Amino acid sequence: MHLTVVALVEDKPGVLERVASQFRRRSFNIVSVSAGRTAPGMSCITVVVDSEKRAVDRVIASLSKLVNVLQVEDLGDRTSVARDMALVKMASTAANRAVIQRMVADGRGRIVDVGDRTLSIELTGAPEQIDTAIRELEDLGVIEMVRSGGIALGRGDETLKRDG
Amino acid sequence: MKRTGAQAVWESLVRMGVTTVFGYPGGAILPTYDALPEFPSLRHLLVRHEQGATHMADGYARASGRVGVAVATSGPGATNMVTGMATAMMDSSPILCITGQVGSSLIGTEAFQETDITGVTLPITKHNYLVTRAEEIAPTLREAMYVAQAGRPGPVHVDITKDAQQASCEFEWDDSEIQLPGMRPPPLPSAEAIRQAVALINGAKRPLIFAGHGALLSGAIDRLRELAERGDIPVAMTLLGIGGFPAEHPLNLGMMGMHGEAWVNCAIQEADLLIACGMRFDDRVTGNLKNYAAKARKIHIDIDPTEFNKNVRVDVPLAGDLHEVLGALLPHVERTPRAEWHAWIAGNKGGEAVRDITNLPDDGHLYAAHVIHDLWKATGGKAIVCTDVGQHQMWEAQYYKHNAPRTLITSGGLGTMGFALPAAIGAKLARPDADVWAVAGDGGFQMTMAELGTMAQEQVKVNAAIINNGYLGMVRQWQQFFYEKRYVATPILSPDYAKVAEAYGLKGLTVRQRRDVIPAVAAARAHGKAVIIDFQVEQEDSVYPMVPTGAALHEMIRRDEIVSPIVETGASV
Repeated sequence: MHLTVVALVEDKPGVLERVASQFRRRSFNIVSVSAGRTAPGMSCITVVVDSEKRAVDRVIASLSKLVNVLQVEDLGDRTSVARDMALVKMASTAANRAVIQRMVADGRGRIVDVGDRTLSIELTGAPEQIDTAIRELEDLGVIEMVRSGGIALGRGDETLKRDG
Repeated sequence: MKRTGAQAVWESLVRMGVTTVFGYPGGAILPTYDALPEFPSLRHLLVRHEQGATHMADGYARASGRVGVAVATSGPGATNMVTGMATAMMDSSPILCITGQVGSSLIGTEAFQETDITGVTLPITKHNYLVTRAEEIAPTLREAMYVAQAGRPGPVHVDITKDAQQASCEFEWDDSEIQLPGMRPPPLPSAEAIRQAVALINGAKRPLIFAGHGALLSGAIDRLRELAERGDIPVAMTLLGIGGFPAEHPLNLGMMGMHGEAWVNCAIQEADLLIACGMRFDDRVTGNLKNYAAKARKIHIDIDPTEFNKNVRVDVPLAGDLHEVLGALLPHVERTPRAEWHAWIAGNKGGEAVRDITNLPDDGHLYAAHVIHDLWKATGGKAIVCTDVGQHQMWEAQYYKHNAPRTLITSGGLGTMGFALPAAIGAKLARPDADVWAVAGDGGFQMTMAELGTMAQEQVKVNAAIINNGYLGMVRQWQQFFYEKRYVATPILSPDYAKVAEAYGLKGLTVRQRRDVIPAVAAARAHGKAVIIDFQVEQEDSVYPMVPTGAALHEMIRRDEIVSPIVETGASV
């Protein structure tokens, strides 16, 4: 099952490797990783893995011991809002334009670049919505695609606790 | 004041109370070595191999509780430290390893003796640092020293580029509190958790206390003893917990686990409560987890809360420093005699002290057990003994009765051959008045015996007892039990160790008979320089009892009384 681990870390060189290393040593395959500064001196790393809950619990225990990790949580433990983004380049044919325009009209995507023979579309939403949209586009022939990897926040008023 | 980065390295160490450094120079650390004579309060010992430096730092730390420091150059100097860091990591030993790195402009160019060493040591250190600027050196070393000791101790590695050592900086020693927002001590257990633990302890009929390395690290020996005596609760030890409870105390049971005492393992399987103090339920301790201590509730006290429920499901986890947690528990522990439980355990002992060597027939052969037993006798049980891993290590744990903490120094978690001799050198530097012995097999001793050169040059009076059976003994034992006696690559040739010792200007002795053991040990202790004793023991002896991998803790291989001259009296379970 896909599990989302969110780690609040110090914004220092090498921290991403320290975090990734805890997944690597257990031979986990990372589905996606997304990292970025969220506050001065602080970054948030979101890692999605395909694994059993108990195994991920061990990773979280190890991550919590890292000197540069401020807080870490498995968002599977509470409901969350997750977002993912894909940029997709398609051939600019009449058939494709019709499908893409329907997606834009549905609010699922927007056109971000137009070339002589291609169209680039941005898809933003819950990861499973992106999966569905991409499957639709793949039938039409995708030329190139990139995905950001998921980011997530717990629902409601709760935040990542800073004092364990 | 103005300092070069090199001066800042030593100045920082001196300010933090470091007196002893184990190291080996080389190109990328040369600026730092060049500044060393300016700090005459520091004693530097030139080792023969950087692995030796790390084990010496480790032995120093374990003997004293202070951080041990090792220094090496970049590339091969640094990679040679890997085994020592991993050893310290597995056994929660606080060491600080400082390495030189190529100049910062050369990093990533495959420069001469360049290794991405912080990349290499990342998973085998508690934390590591790459320092590229002179002004970062002092604050980094200060933080590194703190991290090595804080909470659960461990190795910390600081890699410093050559240009950072050469550059000048303003040296300002900052004594303010270190800011590490990611390192938080666990909150003390709640009153409710303490109440639950106390209720389990007071209600238990067949409780056992487990003493692990944490008992030594937290200095909780006295409170552990008080808990045992108040509750009349027997105490079993992990390998690294040996010394955490006096061996001669009537409530002492001995070591648990794969080569633990049979009655201990049987008691664990029968217990209704385990009170685990500073240990991690390693697989060598538990045997098969499926039926481990199935009748027992478990209280687990550890400073590292991530150990809870890692291997064994725990009923009451108590996070915190063992000394403090026991302080919270003790006032509520009732004085409860538990005679029935002691009688049950004694029933498994057959009423005789199985490990008492006087119960063993003396058939003229020299057995390792004899050597360890007589070493214990001849040193009054007061030596600091450092061991490698393997048969001799288990015999040491079984036959040398340690009454004091920090007197057995052994590579437990990683099981590092070659640890004993350098660790003994480190222990001697930490405790100059102590009688320090390295006990190693003929395999492990040959891995790091180059450190005899360090002992000779630096005049370190450490004695070594080589348990020489001509085999990589524990591997041979596994081949005997589990590979139908196919002794592949385990017979090993030894040099004449007495001559090796003499070649270094040290003293060497060779012992082949039981009656010569005590005189040899006495002669070694009386001699002014280091003495290496080659004890040539029975070649195909095995360590008993033994819980095979994957077996339940009570399913032990016992000594075959017919073929073996050493008979374990009583204790048939």
